[in-house]
Parts: sequence; C-alpha cells; structure tokens
Amino acid sequence: MITASKFVAFVLAFAGWALVGIAAPGITPTAPPLVVSDSGPEPQLAKIFKEIESNRLDSAMQMTESLLKQYPNFRLGHLIKGDLLLARTSHIKSFGAMNGAPVDRVDDLRAEAITRLKGYREKPETKFVPRYLLQMQRDQRFAIVVDTKRSRLYLYENDLKNGGRPRFVADYYMTQGKLGSDKLSEGDKKTPTGVYHVTGNLPRQKLADLYGTGAFPINYPNEWDKRQGRKGSGIWLHGTPSNTFSRPPLASDGCVVLANQDLDAVAKNLQVGLTPVIISNSVEWLSLDDWTKERDDLNRAIEAWRADWESRDTERYLKHYSKRFKSADQSYEEFAAQKKQVNAGKEWIKVKAENASVFRNPGKEEVVVVTFDQDYRSSNLNNQMKKRQYWLRENGQWKIIYEGSA
Amino acid sequence: MIPNSLLLHRFPLLKTCRALAIGLAICVATPALANNLPEVQRLIKQGQYPQALEKVDAYLADKPKDAQGRFLKGLIYTEMNKPAEAIATFTKLTEDYPELPEPYNNLAVLYAQQKQYDKARTSLEMAIRTHPSYAIAYENLGDVYAKLASQAYDKALQLDSANSATQNKMALIRDLISTSGKGNVKPTAPIPASVASAPATMTKTPTAAAPSASVVTSSPGAASTSPSAKPAADPANVASDDISKTIANWASAWSRKDVKGYLAQYSSDFKTPKGMSRKSWEDERETRIAGKSGKISVSYDEPQINISGDRATAKFRQHYKSAGLSGSTNKTLVFVRSGNRWLIQEENAR
Repeated sequence: MITASKFVAFVLAFAGWALVGIAAPGITPTAPPLVVSDSGPEPQLAKIFKEIESNRLDSAMQMTESLLKQYPNFRLGHLIKGDLLLARTSHIKSFGAMNGAPVDRVDDLRAEAITRLKGYREKPETKFVPRYLLQMQRDQRFAIVVDTKRSRLYLYENDLKNGGRPRFVADYYMTQGKLGSDKLSEGDKKTPTGVYHVTGNLPRQKLADLYGTGAFPINYPNEWDKRQGRKGSGIWLHGTPSNTFSRPPLASDGCVVLANQDLDAVAKNLQVGLTPVIISNSVEWLSLDDWTKERDDLNRAIEAWRADWESRDTERYLKHYSKRFKSADQSYEEFAAQKKQVNAGKEWIKVKAENASVFRNPGKEEVVVVTFDQDYRSSNLNNQMKKRQYWLRENGQWKIIYEGSA
Repeated sequence: MIPNSLLLHRFPLLKTCRALAIGLAICVATPALANNLPEVQRLIKQGQYPQALEKVDAYLADKPKDAQGRFLKGLIYTEMNKPAEAIATFTKLTEDYPELPEPYNNLAVLYAQQKQYDKARTSLEMAIRTHPSYAIAYENLGDVYAKLASQAYDKALQLDSANSATQNKMALIRDLISTSGKGNVKPTAPIPASVASAPATMTKTPTAAAPSASVVTSSPGAASTSPSAKPAADPANVASDDISKTIANWASAWSRKDVKGYLAQYSSDFKTPKGMSRKSWEDERETRIAGKSGKISVSYDEPQINISGDRATAKFRQHYKSAGLSGSTNKTLVFVRSGNRWLIQEENAR
C-alpha cells in the first residue's frame, strides 16, 4: 500500500526546508557557535522529519502521535499527522497536502516548522554570550534576550559566582509581530528592538484568553525610542490562547509571545522593574574574552566620568559628553552652561555610581545603556537617584548622549 | 454520521446457486437447522429484521458458537440501527475467531459511523494483519486514514470539519466468506484471491447527503456459508472463480486508477475498439483513467458467466462514477484462458 515512490515528492518537500541550513548568520565579530537545543517539541520534531526523510513513515507517525499526546493543541503536529495519514492513501505532493487547504495557514505552519528546527539546530554554545549582556545589576537574577530573526527567546542567569557572567539557561520558540521587528509607530504590527525591562505582571484573571497564562509589559518606548521618534505602546511578553499550543512566527501585533508552558517557565524568573528584556534582530555573540574586554572598557569609561565629575574640572567632565547630548529638557549647550555654573560654586563633590548594569543596545550604532544608583554629595547639595545614561561610541571614544533618572 | 437507513440497501442477489445448493444438501442432512441461515439471509434481504433476528437467535440457541450465525446477527443489529449491540456482537466474534477479517471490517464500519476513526483504524489493521491481501479492508482503511487525516487537518488549520466533503463510503461486509464456520475455521492467510478482490456492488444512496454507505456482497464462488460444507472443487467453479477474480481485479484497478493493473487484465490479442492500434488504445485508456481528476468508482452487479472450453463470456451491469460522469451500462466481456488466468479479449457495452 505504501510505496517508496509515493513519498518521494513528499519527502523532498520536507527535505527542501527541513534541511534549510545553518546559514552563516551575519553576526559579528564571531559567527555563533552552534550546539543543539533540548527544550520544547523541537527534538521530537527534528526526529520526525528525519524519519520522513528516511521514508520511515510508520515510525514518523508513531513519533507524531506521541508528540501530540504531549502537546495536544500543537497544530504543526496535527498537520504532519494529516500528511502522514494522507500519504497512506494517496500521493502527497507537499507539506500540508490536504486538498483545498488554506494556503496562508499552511504557510504559517511551514514557517513555524522551519523556525523551530533552525532554533533547535542553532543553539548558542555556552562559552559565548550575547554581546548585549555586558553587566547585570547584582539583584537582576535573570535576563531575557530575544532574537527576532530566529524567533527565539533566550533566558540567561546572572552567574554571580562567575563574576556576573551570563549563564545560558534555556531557549524557546517565540512569536513576534505580523510585520516583523524594528517597531516605529503605533499599530505597525512590529516588535520593537532595544533594551527594555519588565514593568509589570498582569494578573491572569484579568487577561483575555488571547494572552494565555500571563502577561508582562515592557517599557517600550524607552528613552532612546522616544528620542528616535518611535511611537506605540502596550508591548508585552505574554502567553498563547487556549486553543493552540503555539502561534506562527509572525502573528502578534508587536508583542513577544511564548507557548504557555514556556511563558510559565520564564515567568518564575521575572522580576518586575528589574529583569532586562533585550530584543534584537540578530543576536551578536562574543567570546568570553571579548565580552570581558568590552565590559572592562565601559566600566573604565564610566569610572573616568565619575572621577572627572568629582574633580570639579568641568572641561574634563564635559569631555565625556557627546556634542549631540540631550537630556529630557536640555541640549548639550544648556547642559554644559549649567554644569559650569553649578560646579563653580562647589568646594567639593563626591559621587558614587553603584550597582550598575551595562547593556549594549542592539543595532548598527554602538550604543550602551548604563543604569546605576547614583549617590551625589557636595558642599551644598546631596542627591540620591537611579540614573540611566545612553553612551555612544564616537571616534573610538565612549560618550554620553543621554542621561536622566531611571 | 451515516444515517443507518443508508445501510439498508437492497441486498443484491445472494450470490451463487452453489451456495444455495449446498444449503439444500444440508437441508436433507439436518433439516431443522440447515434451512435456518439461508432463511435468515432471505429475511435480511427482505428487510424483515425482527424475524431474521428471531430465526438467527433460534439457530444460535443450538449452536451458540457458530461464527456465521453470529456474524448475521451482528449484521441484523447493524441494519436495525442498534450499533451498540452490533459492536458487541462483532467484538465477541473477533475475540472468539480472531483469524476472521470480516467481523473486524464491520466493526470498523460501525466505529466509523460513530466517528471513532481511531478504533476503526485499529480494527481494520487487525483485519489486515490476519489477511494481508484483504482488499476491502484496505479500501476501508484508506477511507479511515482519509478521515483521520481530515480530522488532523481540521485541528492543524482550524477548519470546520463540516466543510470537509470527504465521503464515507466504507463497505460493510455482508457475508462471512473466508470461513466455513463452526469449529473448523481455518485461519487462511493469505486468503483466497477471490476474497481479496471481492467484486463490490456499490449502491449509492438516492439522497444527496454527503456520506453514503456502500454494500459489498460476498464474492461469488467463495467458500460455503454453511457450517459444515466444504468448498467444491468442480473445475467449472474454479474457472468461474478465476473469471470473477479477473473482473474484480479489473474493476478494482480501474477504480484505483492503476492503469498497469487494469491493462494487465486484457489479453495480448484484445480486440481494440474501432481497430485502434494496441498502443493508441492503451494511451487512450491511460488518459481516461490515470489522467482523470478526482475519484473513479467502478462497480458491477452479479455477473452472468458462461464458460465454453477456453473461452467465456461475462455479462453484468456496470456502474461507473467519476467526478464528471456517472452511469450504468450493460457490459459483456469475452474471456480467453491464458494458463490459469482468464483475460479479457473483447469488451462490449450497450
């Protein structure tokens, strides 16, 4: 009943994308080293496709059925099951072979299959770290890094025993905006890219089913977004409606969406107001050596800024600021004039910058977000605040381009 | 869901005179019992199910183990729209005679009616495990796979299964043909080819309702339906069986769009219509069979077979159905013996 020839086309259709490889993802400075991920349905999916490619369809069917036992609402699994069943009765030409199958939905599931398999095959190796996580605050226990190109969410732990090195914990398939990333405006159905953090934990009872088991808003648009004129709001990290295990890679209105079981696993580690969520089009990875070097460079720059502020030498102090500097209410010139005037009246200044986090902003421009507890004391004024600065590398020098309270 | 009424088709003429003849022979031997089963079958045919049930119960009171009687009882329950009783009867039969494929097949049909396609699939796989060349079970299994696929697609693609136009045309087996019943049931694997390719009499429901049930009668010339009879080894019967086999293969290959299998039923000196060359005739058949979009279904009523030496004619009513065309014709096939096979030498339709 089942002949080999019957399945050739079917298998080729799978192989055509299942083998979509491990294309060198334009990542600098080092191509990401790849190991195999082990979370979620991906390992089983990969095995199923391997069986199909080898024309072991009965075994593929058994695996698919056991996959569906584990994930009963996994639409991609049901599609594969349908194809495997149909292949027993007739010639299968393509993935989602049902006569009159809605093309867009089949395309969505095909995209999910490709995305999941790529994510599975291209997990980052442990000795490389995302470039963005240069330094976490001591009390930030975890950080989230999202790679929109791969539709993958990575969870890292702040490994304090190893000098705050980010330690890979898990990675998950994720869904982003229907029209991709780099959000610019309200309603553009895109997911923002940048350095954010979790700002809330919305109680499940008050959530519509669409958001699944939980929702965690993030602070889009942040200071940098506003400065760039990016608009919009209501970007959340949330779960999946009850009628499906997962959603296609491009399906939300801009939110980052996880399967409920994944969201629940991640949620345990989220700290409202603290946990960084860094969203990138294409995560850059650094070796630990390069990571250490970049982190030390920045810490030196921050320390020099702090020391020069204490020196009350306003010219030296202002050298740390870009001519393009802008705060919420001041241009560089206004800021410089005010600093000169204020510093002239002081006999001494003591500045502590502690518990700092340093996150590189994804994107072409070299921008770093620095957040710390600032304790300012001087002969005539004391002030404690949480400060956030954006540093930009200009001509090889790190310069402050924005600062304000966090 | 298939309305049960759709299963209540006229029961096409109960096969061969031979089966009846054997029935008569038994009648002489053990009159009280022997007439019972043919009588039951007659009552079923006439749609007198309560009476048929009464008769078969009386028969089973004496022979509670009898496979044929219990099989007919399951059939009667099915016709009476008592699926629970029918399922129980056939299930018990599979437990006592696991080597019989027919009860498994009919269980599958009943499960499929209740949309329990996974159970239907398991039953059919059991039927095929015992009888690897059991064509009807394969065809039914194909339908079950298609149904299961459709369900999976519904879940995958969020479709409403009501939109699915897949027809349920699973065939209920009407007769226990691979067994001689009673104690001497032989697990016959592989089963006789005549069973594997039992000619199907597809009776389409007159209503336009999407699901339709098909009734498959038992193969003509198959082994006896009576508990103690032995299959006759009469050469004419053997020839008749072989011809039936060719017709069955021919119709089945045609329905499967298996052009190679279809052409294999024709002799090398087949008289092509209008004096076409063999090649252009084959090409034309290829286009009309394999090239046709959608399903083809070819079935036929009980053939009348006349054998004369190495030649034979079979006359029957042929029912053809495809996406674009359906109709019935009177067909005459002329056969010529080639070794132990009978091949089509002439084909005429009126």
